[in-house]
Amino acid sequence: MQRIGVFVCHCGSNIAATVDVKKVVELVRYEPGVVFADDYMYMCSEAGQEKIIEAIKENKLTGLVICSCSPRMHEKTFRACAEKAGLNPYMVEIANIREQCSWIHKDREEATEKAVILARAAIAKVNLNTPLQEGESPVIKRALVIGGGIAGIQTALDIADAGYPVDIVEREPSIGGRMSQFDKTFPTLDCASCILTPKMVEVNQHPNITLYTYSEVEGVSGYVGNFEVQIKKKARSVDMAACTGCGECQAKCPLGKMGKIPSEFDRGLKNRPAIYMPFAQAVPAVPVIDRENCTYFKTGKCGVCAKICPSKAINYEQEDEIVTEKYGAIVVATGFDIINLDKYGEYAYNESPDVITSIELERLMNAAGPTGGHLERMSDHKQPKDIVFIQCVGSRCDDEKGKPYCSKVCCMYTAKHAMLIKDHWPDTNVTVFYIDVRTPGKNFDEFYRRAVEQYHVNYIKGQVGKVIPQPDGSLMVQGVDLLDNKQIMKKTDMVVLAAAIEPNKGVRKIATMLTASIDNNDFLTEAHAKLRPVESPTAGIFLSGMAQGPKDIPETVSQAGAAAVKVVGLLAKDKLKTNPCTAKCDPMFCNGCSTCANVCPYGAITYEDQLVRGPGVNETRRVAIVNIALCQGCGACTTACPSGAMDLQGFSNRQITTEVDAICQ
Amino acid sequence: MQGLIDRLTALLNDGTVARVLGWKKGDMPYDPEPAIFNSAEELKDFVYDGFCGANLSKMMIEATKLEGKTAVCLKPCDTYSFNQLIREHRVNRDNAYIIGVGCRGKLDIGKIKKDAKGITEISGTELDGQEKVTIKTIYGDKEINYTDALLGRCHVCKGKEHMIADETWGESKDTADQERFEEVQKLEAMTAEERFEFFKNELSKCIRCNACRNVCPACSCRKCVFDNTKFDAQQKANVDSFEEKMFHIIRAFHVAGRCTDCGECSRVCPEGIPLHLFNRKFIKDIDKYYGEFQAGKDPEAQSPLTDFTFEDIEPGERG
Amino acid sequence: MSVNENGEFRPLIVAFCCNWCSYAGADLAGSSRLSYPADVKIIRVPCSGRVNPMFILRAFERGADGVIICGCHPGDCHYSTGNYYARRRMTLLFSMLDYIGVENGRTRVEWCSAAEGAKFSKTMNEFCEKIASLGKNVRLGDLRCKD
Repeated sequence: MQRIGVFVCHCGSNIAATVDVKKVVELVRYEPGVVFADDYMYMCSEAGQEKIIEAIKENKLTGLVICSCSPRMHEKTFRACAEKAGLNPYMVEIANIREQCSWIHKDREEATEKAVILARAAIAKVNLNTPLQEGESPVIKRALVIGGGIAGIQTALDIADAGYPVDIVEREPSIGGRMSQFDKTFPTLDCASCILTPKMVEVNQHPNITLYTYSEVEGVSGYVGNFEVQIKKKARSVDMAACTGCGECQAKCPLGKMGKIPSEFDRGLKNRPAIYMPFAQAVPAVPVIDRENCTYFKTGKCGVCAKICPSKAINYEQEDEIVTEKYGAIVVATGFDIINLDKYGEYAYNESPDVITSIELERLMNAAGPTGGHLERMSDHKQPKDIVFIQCVGSRCDDEKGKPYCSKVCCMYTAKHAMLIKDHWPDTNVTVFYIDVRTPGKNFDEFYRRAVEQYHVNYIKGQVGKVIPQPDGSLMVQGVDLLDNKQIMKKTDMVVLAAAIEPNKGVRKIATMLTASIDNNDFLTEAHAKLRPVESPTAGIFLSGMAQGPKDIPETVSQAGAAAVKVVGLLAKDKLKTNPCTAKCDPMFCNGCSTCANVCPYGAITYEDQLVRGPGVNETRRVAIVNIALCQGCGACTTACPSGAMDLQGFSNRQITTEVDAICQ
Repeated sequence: MQGLIDRLTALLNDGTVARVLGWKKGDMPYDPEPAIFNSAEELKDFVYDGFCGANLSKMMIEATKLEGKTAVCLKPCDTYSFNQLIREHRVNRDNAYIIGVGCRGKLDIGKIKKDAKGITEISGTELDGQEKVTIKTIYGDKEINYTDALLGRCHVCKGKEHMIADETWGESKDTADQERFEEVQKLEAMTAEERFEFFKNELSKCIRCNACRNVCPACSCRKCVFDNTKFDAQQKANVDSFEEKMFHIIRAFHVAGRCTDCGECSRVCPEGIPLHLFNRKFIKDIDKYYGEFQAGKDPEAQSPLTDFTFEDIEPGERG
Repeated sequence: MSVNENGEFRPLIVAFCCNWCSYAGADLAGSSRLSYPADVKIIRVPCSGRVNPMFILRAFERGADGVIICGCHPGDCHYSTGNYYARRRMTLLFSMLDYIGVENGRTRVEWCSAAEGAKFSKTMNEFCEKIASLGKNVRLGDLRCKD
């Protein structure tokens, strides 16, 4: 029989206002196994923990039940506290009487009754707890960063500078991500490439960083400290070691002159050849052949690039390669793109070439872009004299059409665009239709006010209902001014849509591979919204950049550094403590039927011929053996086992059954 | 039948097998018992007729642990169970010599006894016997059609092919003349109240003799979950225990996906409870939701309960 | 327990919640103060795949009126595949319970992520209402049903 101590926390008034904690103590005092029961204001505080330690020592407690907030908050705290007192940390159970009781029920009697039931269930469970020992597993001192945009680049640099080897896997032919497509960045208006390319070069040259570009993660297995990842290096058709980056191939590619293939980097505003580097400062400076569009791969004819390449670097026979590598930690920095605007037909995006997105505007204004930095309408290449910006296209949307969240960066970048246009071409009329202007960062509000006060950008609070292309080539914007309370019909030359951002396509597949939590908007979920923003609940997986939520470049770089520190903290350990709540097979009951191994996601179960001796038994049997280093404690095997031979320590069959009994009695 | 005995004798004499697992005459003419024959001499008691309904595959679990090979007579439906046991590593295939015996359906003594009391002898039930069966009773003789007295499971026969055999003996007949899930569908068509009444009546007859569990080849766990202390389900003496109340539905669930529908459970139940209605309901659901699956047909196939697809139906939907 | 002082029937509902998604969703419902009836008592399991049908039957046999199993959305299981097996198991179990005449609606599976506090609360409210309308569970007490 156990000697169980029960502590009921008031949590200030969080619990005590609704649950009669003294009554709970009285009612559980006589439960089977309980030898001590008490209540206290804040069990998690230093004084509260002292009380626990004292009680354990004085009453020689063998088990502990804390009725408090969620175990997801303080299970660790109370386990550590028990350990300090000399009690095995796994003899502790928590009854959640705050998040799942006092905070959601209003009737004091009902809430107290439920708290007593939950306490009883925890006591019944602890009666069956066994002292479990944590195991140890090694840590592979290498990190993987998925995504080579500014988030991935910064994270990798910080990890590499701390002395650890790190690999970056980027699916595009070059690193740089979305930021490489921008022209200037807010709030300082410095050139995006100028601040990004030095970092790209640093990544390429860093002795601790290995770049896998034009590559994708194919498969992930393992667990924190011991991940095994398959990386598919897609065939560039170019020998990276031989290529000098001279650019002759892309200059001479016949498809380049024909102008048939839209450039992804230039958002379709310009065309590119079949063999290409996405942009001039690409890292690595090695081109890639787009096999889907290349004449040689489609028909077997051409082959010009191979003929003229001075370094003989073209290799049409090159094949995809799978590389398997082991890592201790993985960072997801997969970034974003803007939403597809097909559902926003009212803005005539697909109808008129003069209705563009903000990122297309970035390319137009970029000196290295499709128009060499000249701002011109894509229909007639004339410079627009009047431009309208429409905010919140697809953001803050309460129906299925768009995204429910605010994309965070659009107010700032539109102010930036407006100011830059007014600065270059002061006689352009610029209007912004907005719902709110959100500029919360350092120097952000001052930046936006400059646009209004100094550059006389016309901000109109109101939404746009329709953009109608006119026969004379102009656009009619039909909107509303809520402050003046009037309808507006505005003739304009160009409309720029601030489309919502969304996480890059393919992130769901990666999240599934990593078993990392992902929400309905495809953002990766953090372990705790406030206290653990760069870690996934899945141990060993970290989050960096837009993949975790909308954010601008300053925040991205901050978060990237934070993720890097968490990674370094993990890699700095030589050994990790493993979860001791693993499955265990009782050879007396085991049939060797292999049902358990069929459902184990970690391949943690193998079979062995073992001599089994027991009452009436003395024979060699095929029994299941669980590898506790691989077992993550999910319990799938336990449920699948027909004879009940397999059991899960910490959540055993008897423990759950006794919880059910306690609740239903 | 003599041909079979001769073949078995030959196998024993030339040392191919060390023993034969078959049936021998029982106390009653309609009650042959599974038995082990260690020598040709003992085979004089061997019998194979229309009452040999027992599925011998389960006994091979222990038999294949012994030295030397064991010959076993398996009817077509029995071979599915044997395959299932191989798949679960319960029998040593190398120690088994399977004679796939022919079958034209097996007889249900319950049906026969309805009209004939005081039976002294039954003849004509051999595999190569007549269409009519002669029953000698103390009140006189009767004749019935073989096909009128078949076990319920023979009416949904899975076919005359042996799924596994080292050699075969005798001609089989596919005796199926009913839709496999007809009874289940009839029940599904009733209202919930009617169904509850039906099952209440049937299950209240249960005396927990455990014959169904003991005979079931899928219920071959070394130590049954109902004897396992870990679930608090092993309280056989306690009439109010969880185990007592939920036995049938738990057992049916445990064998779901592994039950080959051999029909033994219903055959051996002393109270005549139609236990196959639980198992067939699971089979019907598995076929409907997860694709047709016959346990024991393909030893390599993944059991539906240890498999999944991304598009599986949500629980509670009826599809 | 099942009838309070006002003579109202208060159902007894057991919820099995997986630690990574639905239990966290329940906690979020709590911190957002989104209430649901106190009839619901949650048992934490590591994964929805840990829920053995025997636990569900046991809950009913011991007096529960409704049982709900909550887990991660298919595809998002923290242990990658646990909820897929749970989905199959529960589909077959619920179908069997329906077959033996237990009222449809006493059992339910709901996939609820850690970010869906509102969904968790809504689900529990709906489920409690449904069970209250179905009344006390008398059928799934004793399958031998000896009167």
